[in-house]
Amino acid sequence: MASAKSLTRSETRKLRRVIVVGGGLAGLMTVIKLCEAGVAVDLFSLVPVKRSHSVCAQGGINASVDTKGEGDSPQVHLEETAYGGDFLANQPPIKGMCDAAPGIVFMLDRMGVPFNRTPEGLLDFRRFGGTLFHRTAFAGATTGQQLLYALDEQVRRWETVDAEDERGERVAGERMVRKHEFWDVIGLVTDDDGVCRGIVAQDLKTMAIQSFPGDAVCLATGGCGIVFGRSTNSVINTGTAASAAYQHGACYANGEFIQVHPTAIPGADKLRLISESVRGEGGRVWVPRDAREHRPGRDVPESGRDYFLEAKYPGYGNLVPRDIASRELFKKCFHESRGVYDVKSGKNENQVYLDVTHIPREVLHKKLAGVLEIYEKFVGEDPYTNPMRVFPAVHYSMGGLWVDFERSSNGSLVVGSPKNQATNIPGLYACGEVDYQYHGANRLGANSLLSCLWGGMIAGPAIASYRKSLKKSAWDMPSSLFERAEKREQKKFDAILAMNGPENPYALHDELARTMLVDCTIERHNPTLDRVIAKVEEIDARSRQVGVTDTATGKMNQGAQFVRHLRNMIVLARVIANGARARDESRGAHYKPEFTQRDDAHWLRTTLAFHQPGEGAAADAVRYVRSFDYSLLGQSTHVTDEVDVSLVRPRVRKYESAGAASGAAKGS
Amino acid sequence: MPNDRQVKLRVLRQDGPGQKSYTQEFAAPWQPRMNVISVLMEIQKNPVTVAGEKVAPVVWESVCLEEVCGSCTMIVNGRVRQACSALVDHYAPNGETIAVAPMTKFPVVRDLVVDRSRMFEDLKRIHAWIALDGSHPLGPGPRQSQDNQEEAYPLSRCMTCGCCLEACPQVNAASAFIGPAAISQVRLFNLHPSGKMHASERLDAVMGEGGVEDCGKAQNCVEVCPKEIPLVDSIASVSRDATKQMLFGWLLK
Repeated sequence: MASAKSLTRSETRKLRRVIVVGGGLAGLMTVIKLCEAGVAVDLFSLVPVKRSHSVCAQGGINASVDTKGEGDSPQVHLEETAYGGDFLANQPPIKGMCDAAPGIVFMLDRMGVPFNRTPEGLLDFRRFGGTLFHRTAFAGATTGQQLLYALDEQVRRWETVDAEDERGERVAGERMVRKHEFWDVIGLVTDDDGVCRGIVAQDLKTMAIQSFPGDAVCLATGGCGIVFGRSTNSVINTGTAASAAYQHGACYANGEFIQVHPTAIPGADKLRLISESVRGEGGRVWVPRDAREHRPGRDVPESGRDYFLEAKYPGYGNLVPRDIASRELFKKCFHESRGVYDVKSGKNENQVYLDVTHIPREVLHKKLAGVLEIYEKFVGEDPYTNPMRVFPAVHYSMGGLWVDFERSSNGSLVVGSPKNQATNIPGLYACGEVDYQYHGANRLGANSLLSCLWGGMIAGPAIASYRKSLKKSAWDMPSSLFERAEKREQKKFDAILAMNGPENPYALHDELARTMLVDCTIERHNPTLDRVIAKVEEIDARSRQVGVTDTATGKMNQGAQFVRHLRNMIVLARVIANGARARDESRGAHYKPEFTQRDDAHWLRTTLAFHQPGEGAAADAVRYVRSFDYSLLGQSTHVTDEVDVSLVRPRVRKYESAGAASGAAKGS
Repeated sequence: MPNDRQVKLRVLRQDGPGQKSYTQEFAAPWQPRMNVISVLMEIQKNPVTVAGEKVAPVVWESVCLEEVCGSCTMIVNGRVRQACSALVDHYAPNGETIAVAPMTKFPVVRDLVVDRSRMFEDLKRIHAWIALDGSHPLGPGPRQSQDNQEEAYPLSRCMTCGCCLEACPQVNAASAFIGPAAISQVRLFNLHPSGKMHASERLDAVMGEGGVEDCGKAQNCVEVCPKEIPLVDSIASVSRDATKQMLFGWLLK
């Protein structure tokens, strides 16, 4: 098979670029790896990349460096991650990630991330959920922000570097990275063979719609928490680009696995996260023993406090994984009505105490100031002296776009294989929260920053080698291909601008979010899920009757943009709700009181969803499959829903006893 | 429960770049723990002014809503800040009208959205990065003392939000002053054990016109910084280093 003549230039001498969508950790890491491989990048982001949702990550990043001499190792990290995820994740990608983790943290350190230090000047590590080891490197309690900034700085440096061809000659007027900030990616460009050749995007400052060629496209667009309305997610996390790719034929996997974080601050616009690191540093969760306790939290004596997580899970205590902690908090508040009693309302509120008042102020200041500051600013109460009041909130999507991997002989990944992070649409890659790959049914704390970076570290080389085998560059495709896609998207947007129905899109989103939040998160009952699905279909129908709130053309129009995001969120809500309805078992974050056991015989398998567009008046539907075939660079691959559990044998999760998550950990 | 309580918001609006600005007033039902952003969100659901006119909803920029991304920076009751942490009960305990306006030191895109790209361009100019050899495995980074980390970390929390530029009298249409944020980043990177190796490049970038010596020492920057970054100390420190470089730099070459 002959590949294209020049790797850097098209036949018309244009610089051949690839496209990365999303400027959070995963996207920026992909860009860096591509640039280092000599591949120029067009980077698209809804917002200036320095403002991406990665800034919200607080607690830290996992890496088994074992600086505390506890006997931690990447092998234990792998075992605990697989166990914490209730064995739904393929294990070779986890092994690759855990083995690479120490090197990733060292790289970040070299980039200048101001990680907290030990007295000897080494990186400090703290504890997080689902492990007994100090495995989490951190920069105060704003680790995500610090990591994002470090990568943002490196990408900015690449923005100043001239692109070169394979002979080392500068390509006039071209830099390695071109940023397109305030752009919304709204569609894919695929050729007659179904190969992804670029994107269609909209400039949010002018609303102009334009298509862009790219030899490959990598989506690093994050999660979809806004489907649930108020969550710990940023307002941009609507999952719109992932939804567009899914509607274009990309497979969506394990959509029903949505992580609910146990500790967040209730709010009118957002549920602000209170990091797990607060418990990692010794924070304790409790409710008053007396359900009608009138005294404020700080005045309740030890004897009046029920440390219910420590009592039920003596092994891991307050650091049980998030799915378990969230269910216990929910049970306390909803089923036992033991939430903090509010004298004013005369009710037991949906709140429990998260207490750090016993920890020395100096320690709190050095390690947790960033997160305690958020509590203080938004609640108006001093968390150094008052136990915080928190409740669970939707936080992370374990599911996402299905991506492949190439297994190596030692059970890890073949780095550089074009299969890694590849979706079933050839030329379309995905990494970061938008993929489904690393966390199974429940993600362990501080593994998300790691999986974003690792995802980018292997997506970059995968794309670079995909490009090498590409017969024809996207930059040599006929312009009509791009014009057609552009017209298709322009037509859709014009239709939105013309919508003048009675429904307000924002109010409709509220309705969708309320249904999803109340009935499709911590506890899922089949009869209720049937109603959720019916409600999603009702909202879908009504979404065709919205009135666009803003008809402005030629300038920033958030009202029209939101209608598109809403429609895309409805599509994902359908995937999440139907996936939840079908899976009759309990596994990780997916819990059905009617089926409390994990059922490996029937459900140790990946949920694979494809979009089935409704014809005529019929509504869209989800088509679930047990297997499919996809073709990459002329090679066909048969994909099944079987999970690769070759490295850590599935067993029942029991966090009651210390060391249960890893055999090796028990022996140390 | 006073469930008929309303929150009143006066918004300085502008339809597009270079166009005339005008004021509109809105009211939204009060909810517990409301902030300025949640009021704007309520207005989206019912974009009608208090005068009863149906209008396009107000356009603004926001992302994280927890004061770590810097997006929603605007002027609230005359003072620049992030709107997400501007709590309604603090500003309007007795139903006062809250006034919001776009920042004035950056070009308006629409309503409360301004174009802050110059700040990111400034970060290029001062080489605000570590000159990394590559992202491949090269072992641990340089050891650093806890003191060094504790000096660097607060500087590294700069969100590029623009509050300090907005408040600085020296930053204006007639001046080329780079502003406090970028100068503080010079200090940050020159503190790092590997960043130090390129300290003179960064100092060169803030010497001369528009550089650190254009600071008028009004000290407004440190007053408005939402992350309490010691900007005045940074300016003083960079100024000292720049002076040293100017006087003795040629000796070191």
